Order: sequence, then structure tokens, then C-alpha cells
Amino acid sequence: MAVPAIELKGVTKRFGHVVANKNVDLVVNRGEILAILGENGSGKTTLMNMISGIYYPDEGQIFIDGEETQIRSPKDAFAHRIGMIHQHFKLIDLFSATENVILGINNGKKYNIKEAEKQVREITDRYGFILDPQKKIYDMSVSEKQTVEIIKVLYRGADILILDEPTAVLTPQETEKLFAVLRRMREDGKSIIIITHKLHEVLAISDRVSVLRKGEYIATVNTADTDESQLTEMMVGKKISLNIERTDPKEPTDRLEVRGVSCEDSMGVRVLEDVTFTARGGEILGIAGIAGSGQRELLEAIAGLQNTSTGDILYHNPDDGQTVDLRHKTPTEIRELGVRLSFVPEDRLGMGLVGNMDIIDNMMLRSYKKGRSVFLARKEPRGLAEKVINELEVVTPGATTPVRRLSGGNVQKVLVGREIASQPKVLMAAYPVRGLDINSSYLIYNLLTKQKENGTAVIFVGEDLDVLIELCDRILVLNSGRITGIVDGRTANKEEIGLLMTKTAHGTEAKTDAHS
Amino acid sequence: MFTSATVITLIQRAIMQGIPILYGSTGEILTEKSGHLNLGIPGIMYVGGISGVIGSFLYENSLPSRDAINPFLAVMIPLICSIVGSLLMGLIYCFLTVTLRANQNVTGLALTTFGVGFGNFFGASLVKLTNSEVPSVTLTNTSRFFRASLPFADKLGWFGQIFLSYGFMTYLAIAIAFIAAYFLKKTRRGLYLRSVGENPATADAAGINVNRYKYTATCVGSVIAGLGGLFYVMDYATGVWSNEGFGDRGWLAIALVIFAIWKPNFAVPGSIVFGGLYIVYLFINGLPMRTAELFKMLPYVVTIIVLIFTSVRKKRENLPPASLGISYFREER
Repeated sequence: MAVPAIELKGVTKRFGHVVANKNVDLVVNRGEILAILGENGSGKTTLMNMISGIYYPDEGQIFIDGEETQIRSPKDAFAHRIGMIHQHFKLIDLFSATENVILGINNGKKYNIKEAEKQVREITDRYGFILDPQKKIYDMSVSEKQTVEIIKVLYRGADILILDEPTAVLTPQETEKLFAVLRRMREDGKSIIIITHKLHEVLAISDRVSVLRKGEYIATVNTADTDESQLTEMMVGKKISLNIERTDPKEPTDRLEVRGVSCEDSMGVRVLEDVTFTARGGEILGIAGIAGSGQRELLEAIAGLQNTSTGDILYHNPDDGQTVDLRHKTPTEIRELGVRLSFVPEDRLGMGLVGNMDIIDNMMLRSYKKGRSVFLARKEPRGLAEKVINELEVVTPGATTPVRRLSGGNVQKVLVGREIASQPKVLMAAYPVRGLDINSSYLIYNLLTKQKENGTAVIFVGEDLDVLIELCDRILVLNSGRITGIVDGRTANKEEIGLLMTKTAHGTEAKTDAHS
Repeated sequence: MFTSATVITLIQRAIMQGIPILYGSTGEILTEKSGHLNLGIPGIMYVGGISGVIGSFLYENSLPSRDAINPFLAVMIPLICSIVGSLLMGLIYCFLTVTLRANQNVTGLALTTFGVGFGNFFGASLVKLTNSEVPSVTLTNTSRFFRASLPFADKLGWFGQIFLSYGFMTYLAIAIAFIAAYFLKKTRRGLYLRSVGENPATADAAGINVNRYKYTATCVGSVIAGLGGLFYVMDYATGVWSNEGFGDRGWLAIALVIFAIWKPNFAVPGSIVFGGLYIVYLFINGLPMRTAELFKMLPYVVTIIVLIFTSVRKKRENLPPASLGISYFREER
């Protein structure tokens, strides 16, 4: 058998007390696509960062083409023809595509941007990318930015490409295009490592799958010899049901009525246009759409954080039967009207929690107005924090750990736990499982379903269509700020929704934000 | 009320006022492009000035007679002393903010306080050594070499007066500013430096040695700014050092960075505008003292207006480097 392109033996990496990778062995061959599968916090990205020189392993050896190698910096990685495409793009917004591509390359040749642009064009033509080399990054869509990242490593002559969750921000159509490009690269003899936790993508694109669980290497299997349930079992260690238990809505009552809402962003661009729908108590309303289609603005308009230009947002209070208009009210005014609204924003550490404060203090952010004394009453929030930690299995050294030290999934659990604890009548969650592993995702889905059974109107903005279809009673599709359809979650299929998400977007490709 | 003679004088004096600010500003732009907001610039310029004065003072006093002065040494000694002084200041700033990742604003302000104190301490010491009646050190013997202009400048009328009547450091300042602009815009290293200031994590991942760029840019920037202090004493003040004489020129330099929207080539005309605004009160007849002080505010007012315009228009190219003021640590999670 040929010498593997990369081989890892017994690699360990620690961050303080947290062991991110423990004794990992891994083999990558030439001309193959290897998928690295694992739950969140299982150390996939950390492992890849060690191969690409961002981190340095505490223990273990890395062999490249059979020779033991020290990769001390990204520069070393380039020298070994390893290139990584990060989940969060490492691009400089102010620079053009080409300027980003040539960043950090010292080939001894004269600095010539025109020549570089020509070379970038050659690469795009060869693999079938569509990209203008002079376009500035801040003018680009997410998929264009990803293209720049891939060209960046190809320009450096990388033979080993590492892609960290490349499809997280793409539409199904864009994902297909990306996979086509990756297959062309494989034929070119390149080794591709793709990190993902979407099982169907693993099965669609990879030749072999290596599974990590809680930082430990579990096994590698040939994709052709495996299936979803086996992979899930390897990933989570125990067999879990892939089906979300969806109960039928019990006596759904109209809870929140959005009528003809339109709004503009700060640049005067219309981001929501004539949006009309009703969210009912006792059911989950899913919102599907390409990132940046107006999901955020819609939720923020309901929560009182976004000004709307027209339309009404009516709340039917189930306690006293009264109806109030939430439009042009601040979150405080909305709460004072007796509206029990909870909002899990997509920007967890920006809008949801304060990173430098501990879990207890973050719990208090929601209830601090209840206090009457000048001193903080910490006892109750401490109980709540401990309850959330236990029930949602938050991995943390303790309730007094600053939230920013937790991993993304655990941060999300803290936030969702706090919002649910206030027993809302309307619960809005934007991408609540983004970056979460399967186990925690299902925990969140079950929590949402439980809320629904309690009669709460749940609005769930998601990106995984499979989940939307399995979880939601109805799915509303947003497309460039307009509703292009509301479908029944029990009868809908992915193709139908995918089409609604994109159908009018041709030519005017939706601009999207990469922040998550 | 303006005759052509007064206009020529106004332009000359505006340029003379502008040059120290231009040095400071070019230095600060280079520093800020690496993502470091160095508020120590006023102190560094002060140290640049006093270091040159110390070197020159010791050299002049070691001479047997006034005429024994060597023109080459008379220029090189203060120049090198100034460079060493401001380089050390730059290294202190770098060590604290790059290596130890201290807060940049606090470090910068501390450095300014330190630099001014340093300058005043040694300024006063030198005054004491001279046993002079007035509280200043006079180095006119050295200064004449700094102020020497081309011999035929006087014979070319207004053209000579406006363009050729200055010492070599004036032209050096303008040359450095244009070289810096070319460096930032047209060279590979300039691109890398800008990338460090925009997004150090990206630059790091691209294999650029972030800390080296930060150190180099900040130290070179400090040296350039320090030359502004030297120019002020040796050329503008005709070799006379008096404590606090440098005034608020260091802060003007930082304001000019914003006025020039982080482009050294814009700082060249900008510095002349600033210099002109700073002294325009002298050219308005019968202006009472208290109003004159109001006129000295003009450069800052103009800076605020520019700031408002660039913030409103939000053109990405005109905004400060994206990670200005933020320390970078690779393994931060």
C-alpha cells in the first residue's frame, strides 16, 4: 500500500484543563476524500488546526509522506502543501479576492497584482469556479467567500485540503456545486479532508470516514460499507433515534399574528416585504430560507428590536383573551404588557449572553428587574443555573465559569435553558442548534417540542431542511424578505422547500452575512 | 488685506508648522496600519527632540571653538541620537502592547506622560549646565546646518521662496510620506502590513509573522515621528530648546492621521492645511489673544468634520484599520 499523505499517531492537545484531543490516530491517503465526523466539541477542528499549524500538539507525532514532521506554523503547513479552509473565513474584507489569495506568499518573484489575477483566473477556469478576481470581499456572498478560501489554498499548490464544515452556510444547490468541485480535485490526485456533522453529506462525498468522539479517535470505515445508523452510533457512543418525536398539535389557538410587515435596514434596503403569517400556540412554526433572507429582521421585529415601516404584529394573550399590538414597542414595554415572549438570538455571545460573566449572572440578565434590594439576590439564579447545567448537560467546570470559556454548544444550552425557564407563551429561536452536536441538537429539539406541548407558540428558524421537516408542524419559507410559501411539515419534501428558498433569487443572488 | 508677500509668508510658515506634524502623522499611520493605536506619539516626538538636543549639546560643548564644527557630524550626531531615543520609546510601547498585550490606550498615554517628563527633565538639566539667564538651550551653531537651503533658492523669486527655501528635513518628511504611501499601496510587504492591521488572525493563518510586522511598523513609525521632534528643535525653533515649547503638535499629528484617512500621501497636503490653520490667527490683524486661542482649535474642528463625513459615508476604504486597538493572541479561544 502506498505511503499515506498524512498520518497522525497519538496526538494530544489540551487547553487548560480541557482535553480537546486525546491520543488521536489518523491516516489520509492521496486521491481520496476523508470525512472527519464527530459531535461538537469532539475536537475535529482542533485536530485539523494542528495539521494546519495553528495549534501545536502537546503530544504525539505527525508524519507527512511517511516522514515525521513538525508543523509549527501555518507557514510550515504550506511548505508541506497543506491548506485549510476554515469554518469562519479568514479573509480580509477590505481586500480583493486576488489580494487575499496572494497574502503571505513570498515566492521571491516581483509583486505583480495583474499577474496574480491571471493565475487566479486560471485556477477558477480549471476547476469550474465562478469568481471575479478583483471583487472586494465585503461585496461577496458567503459562497463566493468560500470560493476565495479554496482558491487561496490551491494557489499555494496545496495537495492536502482541509475543509471545516464547508456546507454549513451553503444552500443545497451551492453544496452540490462544491461537491462537484471537490470530486474534480480528487481526480486531480489531491487529498481532501472534510469536517462535517451532516451524515448524508458524509455518505454523498467521502471515500472513508474517521469518527471522533469527545476528543478521542474511534474508528475509520469505508463509506461504501457503512450507513447512517452505524455512523451515528460510532459518533455518539449509543444508538439514538434519528426521528424527532413530533406530537400532533393540541387545539392550536392563534397566538401571534403578523400582518403585512415590511422593514428596511440601515442602508434603506428593504429586508422584509409584506410578511403575513400566524403563529399558533401548541405548534412549531419553522422558518426556512437562505441565510440573510430576512429571518433575523423578522424575529427582531417581533421582539421589538427592529423598526418596521408598515404592518401589525398582534399578540393574543391566552391569559386574559386580550389582543395587543407589539409594533413600535421596546422589549421592556412588551414585557410590561404581560406578553411572555422569549427570544434565542443567533448571535449568542453578542445578543444573548455576556461572555465575560458567569452562568449565574447570565441567568440574572433576564430577571434583574424583579429584584427590589440594592444587593444582588444570587440564590435563585444559582439554582436556575445549576438546573440548566444538570438538565441540559452543560459541560462546564462550574456555574461560576465565564460563559465565553464554554464551547459553542454549551453556550447555546445556557441560553436556551434560560429562555425556556421563563415559561414563555411565544418562543422564538434562531438557529438554536447551529454548531451543536447531534446529542445536544436533539436535546434542544425535545425542549422545543415540550414547549409546544405546553401550548407555547414556537417559532424555529433553522438551516437543516431535514430537521425542519421532521420537527415543525408548518414551515414558512422566506426568500429575499418575502414569504414564498407556507407548507405542512408532515407532507413537505426538501426539494419543494429548496425551490421555494431560491426560485426568484436567480440573477440577484441574495447577499448573505457570514457571521454566526 | 493679503498681499502676495503675506501669502508667500503664510505658505512658508504653514509648511514649517506642518512638517513636524507630518513626521508624526506618517509614523502614526504606519503604526496604526499594524493595528496599534500609539497615543504615545506626542511623548515619542518629545523624546526624539530632546535626544537630538542632548547629542548636539554634548558635541558642541566638546568643540575647542565655534568654527571647529564638522557639518557632517553636526547633522549626524543629533539625527542618530534622535533615532535611538524614539526607537527605544517605540520598543517600550511594542514590548508592552505586542508582547505583553497591555491596553494600547493606557500604554500610549503613559508613554506620552513619560516622554514629556523625560524631555523636560533633561531640558532643564541642560539649561542648568549652560548657566544661562533664559530657560532654554541654544544650539544655533548646529541648527544652521539643518536650516541650510539651496544656495540659489533666493534668486528664483516666489518659486524659490515657496518651494526651495527649507532645510533638508522638510524634503525628507515629504519624501518619507510618499515612500510610506507607495509602500502601503504598491508593495507586497505593504499589503501584508495592512492585512495585519485589518485582521491579524487571517494574516497569521496566511503565514505572515504578525508580531514581527507589528514590532517593525511601530518602531519605524516611532523613529519617523521622533524625527518630527528633531525637526521642530533644529529647524523650526532654530536650535533653541525650551521646555513645553513643542506644545500640542503631537496630538495634532494624531488628528492628522484621521484627517488624512490613514493615507500618508494625503497627510502631506493635510499637514500644510493643519499648519496653516494653526497659525492663521497671526495673519489676521488686531486679533485679541483670547480669540487667537479659538483659532488654534481649527485643525481639531476640521478633523471632527472629516470624522463625521467618513463615518456617514461609511466607505470601507476610508475607515480605520479594522483591528485597530485590539491585541492579538493566537491561541485565544
